[in-house]
Amino acid sequence: MATVPQTPPTKEPGKPGLLAKVRDTQVWKSIFRHGYPDTQRNRALAVLSNVFLHLHPVRVRKSGIALSFTWCMGGVTFFLFLVEAVTGILLMFYYRPVAYSAYNDIQELRETIPLGLMRELHRWGAHAMVLTVWLHMFRVFMTGSYKPPREFNWVVGVVLLLLTLLLSFTGYLLPWDQLAIWAITVGSNMARATPLMGHEGPGASLLTLDGEHLVTAGSDVRFALLGGRFVGENALLRFYVLHCVFIPVIAVMLMAVHFWRVRKDGGISGPL
Amino acid sequence: MSEETKPSGKPRAKEPEATEPKPHVTDSRFGLRTGVPAVKKGTKEQLPIDPMAEGEKPFEAPDLASRREVFWMAAGWGLFGFATLTETAMLVSYLFPRAPFDPAQVFKIGPPEEYLPNSVSEAFKKSNQVWICNQEYNGKQILYALSTVCTHLGCTPNWLEADQKFKCPCHGSGFYANGVNFEGPAPRPLERFRIFVGDDGGVVVDKTKKFQQEKGEWDDPDSYIAV
Repeated sequence: MATVPQTPPTKEPGKPGLLAKVRDTQVWKSIFRHGYPDTQRNRALAVLSNVFLHLHPVRVRKSGIALSFTWCMGGVTFFLFLVEAVTGILLMFYYRPVAYSAYNDIQELRETIPLGLMRELHRWGAHAMVLTVWLHMFRVFMTGSYKPPREFNWVVGVVLLLLTLLLSFTGYLLPWDQLAIWAITVGSNMARATPLMGHEGPGASLLTLDGEHLVTAGSDVRFALLGGRFVGENALLRFYVLHCVFIPVIAVMLMAVHFWRVRKDGGISGPL
Repeated sequence: MSEETKPSGKPRAKEPEATEPKPHVTDSRFGLRTGVPAVKKGTKEQLPIDPMAEGEKPFEAPDLASRREVFWMAAGWGLFGFATLTETAMLVSYLFPRAPFDPAQVFKIGPPEEYLPNSVSEAFKKSNQVWICNQEYNGKQILYALSTVCTHLGCTPNWLEADQKFKCPCHGSGFYANGVNFEGPAPRPLERFRIFVGDDGGVVVDKTKKFQQEKGEWDDPDSYIAV
């Protein structure tokens, strides 16, 4: 390791600078528990004493974070998730998830509301995120970073991949145009074939009571997902809630586990 | 450390006045040091420390929960399990709205004479997702209600009068007027719904019962009205 840099030379005693005065206040000291990250100890403390950074390894190998090794695809995916969160929350100020206004609200967001780019950012960010999350998975596979002791983090990653695709799927309905409605109609028809729980799935026809089918188009898992027999008003509202609250909350929790496990499983994997 | 004595009255693990430290046995049940001296220092037999090996087997209560403990455990976990199951069932039922925005499943479509021979009516396509067809099928002129849901992936085909066929805009599936598929990816014919003449002479369609050609259900008299 390189020699430890010296702390910045202090001014003549008795005349501390303005910054030094601020750093000496109780407010500053109550927030930052360590000095400049210019020593090994303070660098470690900067990570350890920060609620966000402490999920990460305290130190990583330089070769481990080489762009040629990681492609930074996990980091880019996380960055895009933040972009989606910020732009998505801003879109929620204007978008109303009811059949009467949903389509027009999207048109308005693009045409008349200032910074019509916001909706495009959200859309293109979503496309990019699906791409980068696949590339991240590909990189992890090709570098063997899923091998012990990192098997569990691979599993968490697969769930996060599914959540990313579900976020894409649920968000696809919200523009409420013909493409959206028929895409979700086709997509949600898969739920009909769920074993036992979908009315066209294997085993569902065996569930009868006095000759009446228990699992029908009006009582199967697809009905619960859409809130109806077809993609209508209820489906729009349900997909909106799933898209804006339910799936993101689960994704954030799993992301915290995902990043934390990188540290717990021995830090970022390095080239063999 | 404070100088308080244990309620059991046993000697403490470390007595300040004791001049020589005492070895300790391990209580296997709790993995704790009990503070009972096993062997006094200075005697010849310092080892083994395990009292079992000394020949005398100390009394050990069997490590079983008492009847009372079992009762309360069962009661507690039973209550917890019951509450969890009930809550889950309620949560699942919450997902099924009692009044969805779906159109009525059973509805009247007027007298049978309204539907001319060899015609396909789209009057109830938008409102109830059925075509009312008066067509010849297997040598009989019949009236039947055909589902507008494509059997491929669930889009809504269009009735092309000039071509006398249903054509799905999504992936190009084609169906004859009788509902049988003949082109595109659709794997099976369109479905029929139950149809019958009501008490007032008007035709009623019941979408809760469907009839599939590939299962031989189109021979069921409930699936058509002879006209």
